[in-house]
Amino acid sequence: MDVSIQHEDFDVAAVMAELRRTSNNVGAIVTFVGLVRDMSYDNKVENIYVEHYPGMSEKALNKIIAEAKQRWDLLAVKVIHRVGTLGPNDQIVLVATASSHRGHAFSGCEFIIDYLKTDAPFWKKEVKPQGSEWVVTKDSDVQRMERWGRQKQ
Amino acid sequence: MQITLLYFGRPSENLKLSQETVQLPAGVATLAELLAWLRLRGDNWAAELTESRVRCAINQEFSAWTAPIKDRDEVALFSPISGG
Repeated sequence: MDVSIQHEDFDVAAVMAELRRTSNNVGAIVTFVGLVRDMSYDNKVENIYVEHYPGMSEKALNKIIAEAKQRWDLLAVKVIHRVGTLGPNDQIVLVATASSHRGHAFSGCEFIIDYLKTDAPFWKKEVKPQGSEWVVTKDSDVQRMERWGRQKQ
Repeated sequence: MQITLLYFGRPSENLKLSQETVQLPAGVATLAELLAWLRLRGDNWAAELTESRVRCAINQEFSAWTAPIKDRDEVALFSPISGG
């Protein structure tokens, strides 16, 4: 499975080993790991809560991966997104791409995380000392996604 | 026409609801009309379910407010997404 949505933490080394084994032609693996920060716009964040739309989130991520595979020569892709309550420094998301050459692996990985931010149905709530707040799509994330020649859905 | 409604993110929390099945009255045939009809429930509903505050999907595809709704559709209403 290219996609996993899970409560449990993940082991980046284990994912890299899995991608390495997919083919003897893998010459490069790029991984992106997103972490929980303890600050948001200068406000202290105690923890975050992540929820998703079961069914649609898997479908959306698979669609993003399929598009990345059309654009670049990717031999294997793995996306893991955690849900539930997470604390500062916890891993939230992993995108790993394997290719024969680094250029395709780098571009594919960046495309997938940029597109995930604006097109996959996940929601984050930040719990702060003064109350909790749902995070909204950042304009900078929409702009990053539009660089790839796509319009926001 | 009967549909399943799902709520995620801020609307789910503020309306204290994640799922319901509703029977739509005549005249409610698009997402914009559905939203206006749900706002008639008053209070939180009127405040929460405006076109600027929520986004929508029909059968797990992001959809525009003008999109038509069919019998048995799964319609989701949610705050702007913020994954990753």
